[in-house]
Amino acid sequence: MIGFIFRRILQGLLVLFVLYTLSFFLIKALPGDAFTTEKAMSPEAKEEQMKRFGLDKPWRIQYGLRLQRLLLQQDLGISPKKNRKVSLILQQSFPASVVLGLNALLVACVIGIPLGVFSAVRKNTWVDYASMGFAMIGICVAAFIIGPLLQTQVAMRLPAFKVAGWDNPVDWILPAITLGLAPAAYLARLTRGGMLEVLGQDFVRTAQAKGVPALTVITRHTLRGGLIPSVAYLGPAFAYLISGSFVVETIFQIPGMGRHFIDATIDRDEDLLLGCVLYYGFLIVILNLVSDIIQAYLNPRLRDSL
Amino acid sequence: MADTSTVTEKGSSLWRDAWLRLRKNKVAVVSGVVLIVMFLLCFVAAWFTGDPNEQNLANKFAAVGSSSGNTLHLLGTDQMGRDLLSRILFGGQVSLLVGLIATSVAFVIGISYGAISGYTGGRTDAIMMRAVDTLYAIPFLVLVILLQEVISGSASEVATWLVKHWKFPDETTHRLANILPLFMAIGALGWLTLARITRSQILSLKQQEFAQAAISLGLSPSRILFRHLIPNTLGPAIVYVTLTIPSFIMYEATLSFLGLGIKAPNSSWGVLIKDGANYMETQPMLLILPGLFFTTTLFALNFLGDGLRDALDPKAAKD
Repeated sequence: MIGFIFRRILQGLLVLFVLYTLSFFLIKALPGDAFTTEKAMSPEAKEEQMKRFGLDKPWRIQYGLRLQRLLLQQDLGISPKKNRKVSLILQQSFPASVVLGLNALLVACVIGIPLGVFSAVRKNTWVDYASMGFAMIGICVAAFIIGPLLQTQVAMRLPAFKVAGWDNPVDWILPAITLGLAPAAYLARLTRGGMLEVLGQDFVRTAQAKGVPALTVITRHTLRGGLIPSVAYLGPAFAYLISGSFVVETIFQIPGMGRHFIDATIDRDEDLLLGCVLYYGFLIVILNLVSDIIQAYLNPRLRDSL
Repeated sequence: MADTSTVTEKGSSLWRDAWLRLRKNKVAVVSGVVLIVMFLLCFVAAWFTGDPNEQNLANKFAAVGSSSGNTLHLLGTDQMGRDLLSRILFGGQVSLLVGLIATSVAFVIGISYGAISGYTGGRTDAIMMRAVDTLYAIPFLVLVILLQEVISGSASEVATWLVKHWKFPDETTHRLANILPLFMAIGALGWLTLARITRSQILSLKQQEFAQAAISLGLSPSRILFRHLIPNTLGPAIVYVTLTIPSFIMYEATLSFLGLGIKAPNSSWGVLIKDGANYMETQPMLLILPGLFFTTTLFALNFLGDGLRDALDPKAAKD
């Protein structure tokens, strides 16, 4: 187990390195640079700025210098667009995204997993159809519809809620629902599928035949195996949720990091994008590792792979 | 038992059994028919509904079933007086293609990749899954933006060339070239989660008795994988894929929300729903009608997926 985690962390560092390199050359392949959109800038001033941020050198030297700076000084560089240190930008924006993501995840699990379990146990009854119908709505209706809908129908009617803003915990509720509904639907469907798969197996039938109470069969025998597809999904989904959603952050005006991803790409703000990608990659590596460990805990047959 | 019979009996393949079982499932059959009708509507009937981009500002928000001059607007018109039915059907082309591509990519790449990784195990598995992690960490929207910038120029050149030399339909070709970056991004990233899900299934399945039996019988790895193990993973895989399709269709709409998706005046279901949401209070039909086509397709997909899941379940009793 310890060896497994150690190996995975080493592999994770390799993943981050490949990711960094890949992203660097991807963004370099784009036409334009960080100052293309600044029309007012004279060519001389631009040249000076390019020099200041080291953007005038050949790609491979820029890449080498960046990597050196990152590894030796743990420095992500300065965003030429925002004229601030990338690490500072990320530090200020990630708490909001993490809080939003955690709440969205909570919404997703609290709604999704019970719905999936109920509909699997009551397969092909109205409970099943109603839960899956609800899940389908969660999948079909995108954030940019649920968000404004919640704003107009809930926030504008109930004084406790604000249409936008991020000042106290009450403000977390509506964005979390907006962001969490789609993963809730995913979880419901995946849990249902996983549960049905396990419910059809011999050991469950044996347990039922022995006269084990239905509730125990579900909680003790079925749920562990039935949750595996959901857990496999939750690893990357969690990383996605807490790294910020551009749409939800825009709708509710949340100072998170989702918009930096998009802004940095559009602005060719290389250091900022690489910083965001590294952060996201780090989350993916860690959370996929956690997800794999939980899967092995849930299903003893997977433990050989550890 | 089911496995030995598939090996010895002729003509009783997994797919034949599945097909026989699927045909008995009324809901799944109806769903299949609905999907076929939807495809025909969008890819055939659409051409008979007139120009989806023709504006008539004098006839904005026309009611369902009204007509202006000698053109009938079966589903009314939108905020620019464009025929809504025509827009929905042409928009459906984009959305259905996105769905189709997402499914095929997820299925072909995701399942084989995850299965091979899980079955082989060891170092190969580690390398393959870390490659998946790397791709995961590239945010989907960022990749689409990157691809858009890098290839959209050459894509439209190719489209122009195809129109000129091969008499491809002008508008459709350019519209498809327009969303090519999205298709490519789906191709690059659409299969990742399915690969992870399939891998963990395979890891568990290869420990089970029937798999051990197949291994000790000396069957070739590809036969064990494709005949014995993968059929057992198809259930969750289909469930997941029926989930991916709508999310990719909505991704496409999210891109338009950011001003990066399909370019106006062209549309897709996601774009129509997004635009309709602006008129939610005053003209609900603009949201409801495209939404109805979208949800109908999704529900049909969903029920067909469930039917397929049941039909493909190797543990289900044979008739």
